[in-house]
Amino acid sequence: MSDFSLTILFASVLATAAPLIIAALGETITEKVGVINLSLDGSMLLAAMVGFMVSYESGSLVLGFGAAALVGAVIAIVVGLFGIYLGLLQVAVGFALTLMCKDLAYFLGNPYSRLQGPQMLSIKIPVLSDIPFLGPVLFQQPLIVYVALILIGAIWWYLFQTERGLELRAVGENPEAAYTRGIDPRRKQLLYTAIGGALIGLAGAAYSLGIKPGWGRPQGIEGLGWIALAIVIFGGWHPIKVALGAFLFAFLQVIGITLQGIWPSVPAQVFQVAPFPLMIFALVMVNLLQREGVQGWVKAHPMLQRFIKQLQGVPPRALGKSYHPD
Amino acid sequence: MQVEFQQVHKQFGTVQALRGIDMRVEGGTIHGLVGENGAGKSTLMKILTGYLTKSSGRILLDGVEVDCSDPQVAAGHGIGMLYQEPQDFPPLNVLENFIVGRDCDHDLNRTEQRERLTQLADKVHFTLHPNDVLEKLTVGERQQLEFLRLLGREARVLILDEPTTGISDQQKMLLFQALRQIRDEGCTIILVSHKLDEVEALCDRVTILRHGQVTGEASAPFKVSELLEMMFDKPPSVDVVDHHYHPGGELLRFKGVTAAGERVGLHDCSVSIRQGDVVGLAGLSGSGQGLFLRLAAGLATRREGMLEFVGQSMDKLNHKAFRQQGGVFLPSDRLRQGLIPGFTIRDHFALAAGLSSAAAQQAAEQAIAQFHIRGTPETLAESLSGGNQQRLQLALIPKSARMVLLESPTRGLDVESAHKIWRFLRGDFADQGAIVFSSPELDEILEVANRVLVFFEGRVVRDLLADELDYEHIAAAMTGK
Amino acid sequence: MRGVKQHVTEIALILGMVTLFTALVLSLVGASPLDAFGHLIKGSLGSWSKFSRVLNVWIPLTLCSVGLLYAFRTGLWNIGVEGQVVIGAIGATAILRFGMEGGGQMHVWMALLLAMLFGVLWALFAGSLKVKAGVHEIFAGLGLNFVAMGLVLWVIFGPWKRPGIASMSGTQPFPRELWFPTLEGWRVSPFALGLALLVIVISAWLLYRSRVGLNLDAVGKNPRAVRLFGLSPSRYMLIAIMVSGALAGLAGGLQVSGVYHRLIPAISSGYGYLGLLVVMLANFRLAPVPFIALFFAALNVGSIQLPMMMQLDSSLAGVIQGACVLSALLVFGLRGLKKRRQSNE
Repeated sequence: MSDFSLTILFASVLATAAPLIIAALGETITEKVGVINLSLDGSMLLAAMVGFMVSYESGSLVLGFGAAALVGAVIAIVVGLFGIYLGLLQVAVGFALTLMCKDLAYFLGNPYSRLQGPQMLSIKIPVLSDIPFLGPVLFQQPLIVYVALILIGAIWWYLFQTERGLELRAVGENPEAAYTRGIDPRRKQLLYTAIGGALIGLAGAAYSLGIKPGWGRPQGIEGLGWIALAIVIFGGWHPIKVALGAFLFAFLQVIGITLQGIWPSVPAQVFQVAPFPLMIFALVMVNLLQREGVQGWVKAHPMLQRFIKQLQGVPPRALGKSYHPD
Repeated sequence: MQVEFQQVHKQFGTVQALRGIDMRVEGGTIHGLVGENGAGKSTLMKILTGYLTKSSGRILLDGVEVDCSDPQVAAGHGIGMLYQEPQDFPPLNVLENFIVGRDCDHDLNRTEQRERLTQLADKVHFTLHPNDVLEKLTVGERQQLEFLRLLGREARVLILDEPTTGISDQQKMLLFQALRQIRDEGCTIILVSHKLDEVEALCDRVTILRHGQVTGEASAPFKVSELLEMMFDKPPSVDVVDHHYHPGGELLRFKGVTAAGERVGLHDCSVSIRQGDVVGLAGLSGSGQGLFLRLAAGLATRREGMLEFVGQSMDKLNHKAFRQQGGVFLPSDRLRQGLIPGFTIRDHFALAAGLSSAAAQQAAEQAIAQFHIRGTPETLAESLSGGNQQRLQLALIPKSARMVLLESPTRGLDVESAHKIWRFLRGDFADQGAIVFSSPELDEILEVANRVLVFFEGRVVRDLLADELDYEHIAAAMTGK
Repeated sequence: MRGVKQHVTEIALILGMVTLFTALVLSLVGASPLDAFGHLIKGSLGSWSKFSRVLNVWIPLTLCSVGLLYAFRTGLWNIGVEGQVVIGAIGATAILRFGMEGGGQMHVWMALLLAMLFGVLWALFAGSLKVKAGVHEIFAGLGLNFVAMGLVLWVIFGPWKRPGIASMSGTQPFPRELWFPTLEGWRVSPFALGLALLVIVISAWLLYRSRVGLNLDAVGKNPRAVRLFGLSPSRYMLIAIMVSGALAGLAGGLQVSGVYHRLIPAISSGYGYLGLLVVMLANFRLAPVPFIALFFAALNVGSIQLPMMMQLDSSLAGVIQGACVLSALLVFGLRGLKKRRQSNE
């Protein structure tokens, strides 16, 4: 491969990964506080549609992104209210919302199909973008890519370096104990579920207003919500590893398109399912590694242990369980 | 700070957990709160910390009535509690666990918090590493951390609920030392315990609870026999059974069994149970009795040792084999572990014996009559009272059973029903096999058992036969004396 | 009597909320709710041929939903039902391709059997991942759904591609001899209908009257206690998910041999996912399932009219279906909350 096409490859991996990173980080926050928002696949699509519609009508990208974030947050709040306060199964609510939001997006978005709307253009960062190779890869991207990259660090910092982030994680691990320490677990859960939802909404708009501009049925992002959910597990609920998971997936996707040129008879969708067996494999590994027998064996191989430690992600202990005072 | 309770009541549904508690704790003292399981000690303390709300009554701090309606408010009054089950966050590290919470100082940054933690630890001679993940720590170390956290918050009233369960002797010594030190600095300490040796060693004054009421108070130095008398009901007159003991062939054998679980685990346990044994497992709750029963039933895994049931080695988790050989296990948490919520009495019979609907109906009707279960074949398990749930569990035992393991079989039952249950069990199973049961009530054990194993901290510390059974001796062994 | 009254009130409440929500959505796009509802009804029940189409949707949807009930009975979310339909369809196609030259009814029944077997194996895969390796069945199932999607695309574009050009329109259609049997003049096969009804009847007996059904129910209600009754929870979970897979596979096989007469990428038509909604709305009971499935099928078919008649997208059906489930969840949740409040006092 020539130097030039490598640049394109990496640049497009970065761009493809950006919305996924944002969505997966939103879900990471949500799950870290102990709530499963299973509605991703639908809420991203609805947010993508609303984002496109609003900026098409208003001509403002900012308004579009704002509306998309709002849509994501509202859906997340529904999951939160139903799950946290009514004590319903969070996965049931999330799943029903996924299917409904998807159809709602197609239905309401119908008049906006195949229209030319506003979209984000790449921003060239002066000086930096002139660096050979790195410049075009890192510094000639749409704004949303920079946002995604900054979010990785910001969310890591918030979760692991601030008091609020500490409280967030504490609630996801043990809401009862958090309550004895004067924290209202349900309010925290609702708040962070909403914030996570807003990020998921942003991710949706990042597609319709930038990475895959426009609106239509199919939009071409169907299934990506599920992939984002899988990436959260793959990344062990850790923002940086989650982001790496998103890059890996984006890489597979981009390489898939390249490979399609080599084997034109194999449809792109075949390459797109690759992350799923990978995810299942990762989950099996994570679970098997926690067995006592395997752990003993691992301890005997220090090199292996170090590698496996990186693979091991433990879900927040209160994940998906509703907390009821008294 | 002085703490006073006036006529505090607490009701859970139809159960009266506290029936008018009047109690005063003087400032700058260590005050013991003792009583057997279910006496209401933890409930009373959880009300003080705002974790539970009282049904009626008043709480006064230094003579002023206060409202402790949620943990944040109570913490604001300077009340802090070390819960029996550590209320912490195992995946987080020591420092993070020290910091988290709305009930403490938020002005400090992480470096300052770390210094504070180290200072406090040095002060009371604890060794904790701020970066260790809590999961790797022992229960004792987790408790030390929680203790330091409360100190750091400058709690003026410190409640400790069974703080020494599952911790090492050295950790216990350190803790006691620290407690005396902060008492001398003016902190008020309430020690909830049923281990009398600890109360004796530490407390200035003690209040005794029984069945949700105060049954007595005493000041140091204490007379253990008097405390025991106030803690437990009067040593009973034995009337239900004779203590004739004719052991038959061996049914169950533990040989050097060690297992983890239920906090203290079980260590190097070697016991042989023979036909005709009615074995009572005595001990403070959570001293290893439950794990012993689950190991015997093939429901828990052992780490070392050997286990045999009717001459066959039980290799792994195999409750089915245990059942097929005539074993039965009845857990104490009837609704969560023993019965199926959402199933009717009839469904339970159909499930247990593989009966058709009509046959199950008949079996259910019979059992309802024989065991005086208050309900119909269509009554759901969860809408039965505790006593009736237990009768249902008993009714489900197959007639061919040779080994019946019961965990707290009469928990929550009145005397009359308890007697009926024992008459049934002893009549039907004692002769053809063996019964092993645990009970938090020593009276009950003395009343029905012809052999007693006393558990303390995950070890069998006494194995006594009928003619050696002595109330005070067992009570002392249970409390580590 | 009070129970009946409560049910009626709840159903009325759910329908009221759904109607309001749908009307709101319709007015957002400037369409008349009355017209839209009219077209939905006319498009699904307006003629015998339209109703036949509804029944053609009802059959696989009911099979999937009933299958899901088995898994739910043991507390498992067999979200992988979608992939099990697809795999079943692939299995059926494999057999039918053998019969392309002079095959007959024998091949059709063999195809359905293999479809069920494929469904069972695919479900067993997800189930084993759950009980043996501790992977949550939602993720195992979803992952396998996407893998199944990849597989179906691969066979259509690869080994089984149409002579000449591979395309999204699917494999080479099968000759008439390999179609699932039907009667002259029927647009829906009465035999397939009968098969679905048979499945319902047998399931009613299996789930509510048989010993296996009781054991499955016990496993779902209290897996811990079930051990004390000498049952192995994981074994019953596997049995349940395998039955689930068998019925989903059968649905897939019927889609191939009875409806499309070839393998297409969208062979499942999303009936697996829709089945999950049906079962949730039925509150996990069998009795309402056939009726809810019929209602959902009617919505699916009726909404096909919308793009032509009102320039609306046909996804309105999905919006209504989702709204039904969410309203029902809300009603159930409020009922539970009320109950908890009462028992606390």
